[in-house]
Amino acid sequence: MKVREIVDSLRLKVLAGETGLDKEVNGVYTCDLLSWVMSHGKQGNAWITVQIHPNVIAVASLLEFSCVIVPEDIDVEEITLNKANDEAIPVLQSSLNAYELCVELNKLGA
Amino acid sequence: MDELLNVKYDVASGDFIRGGEASSNIKKLLQQLGVRNDIIKRICVACYEAEMNIVIHSVGGYIEAKVFSDRIEITAFDNGPGIENIDLALQEGYSTASNLAREMGFGGGMGLPNIKRSCDEFYIDSKVGEYTKIKIIVYLK
Ligand SMILES: Nc1ncnc2c1ncn2[C@@H]1O[C@H](COP(=O)(O)OP(=O)(O)OP(=O)(O)O)[C@@H](O)[C@H]1O
Ligand SMILES: [Mg+2]
Repeated sequence: MKVREIVDSLRLKVLAGETGLDKEVNGVYTCDLLSWVMSHGKQGNAWITVQIHPNVIAVASLLEFSCVIVPEDIDVEEITLNKANDEAIPVLQSSLNAYELCVELNKLGA
Repeated sequence: MDELLNVKYDVASGDFIRGGEASSNIKKLLQQLGVRNDIIKRICVACYEAEMNIVIHSVGGYIEAKVFSDRIEITAFDNGPGIENIDLALQEGYSTASNLAREMGFGGGMGLPNIKRSCDEFYIDSKVGEYTKIKIIVYLK
């Protein structure tokens, strides 16, 4: 499944990283502790996190995550979005909370 | 011994915006050299954790990467404050990270254990008030 399909199905708002929307999603991971994400995240994961600072993009890019999903309509720092554009990592925003997002992503088969 | 790559990046204290760029650059260079993906992933984990430790815990330093035909060596060096009790620092969950760093998702106390786990050889040396030096080696064969 492509990031684009998740965006359409869950009506996510694309905040940045438009050019990465055709990336293939391979599983979902949710955690806000960066060193935990670093050791457990896998390539292709859609990463749900409330962290919004630019280092999130560094982690997502190093681990080759397919996208970052920010729950509960949290606003993301401009500088993070700029970095996401540079790295082609889609940053997606949802009004759902992390749990509800997981449930919906599971229904989609992500 | 034939050296295929030798790069060094300065890492600034407290720079959460650029923190991670040295690791990201090293990753790109390893990809260009055609290093296997699973090895790159291990180097990325170790490099990122070492780089962010310099950003969060130190006054600044550098990350150096050397690639030889049979191994990759990463050295992370900073100019202090040093680590008083290395055994304690290596324990999972031990952290002295500031509240600000914790709010940003750092401070899980998993960085050093992650580094250790992702490499074949791990060396750490530190002198309080002077420096911390971490060197890791990942075998290519
Ligand atoms: N370069 C360094 N200089 C001084 N102290 C350090 C350095 N690196 C690590 N430490 C000390 O060792 C502790 C453990 O480091 P570790 O990387 O495992 O966890 P952390 O950085 O606190 O949290 P996390 O890495 O999970 O975000 C740190 O909290 C700090 O006290
Ligand atoms: Mg750390």
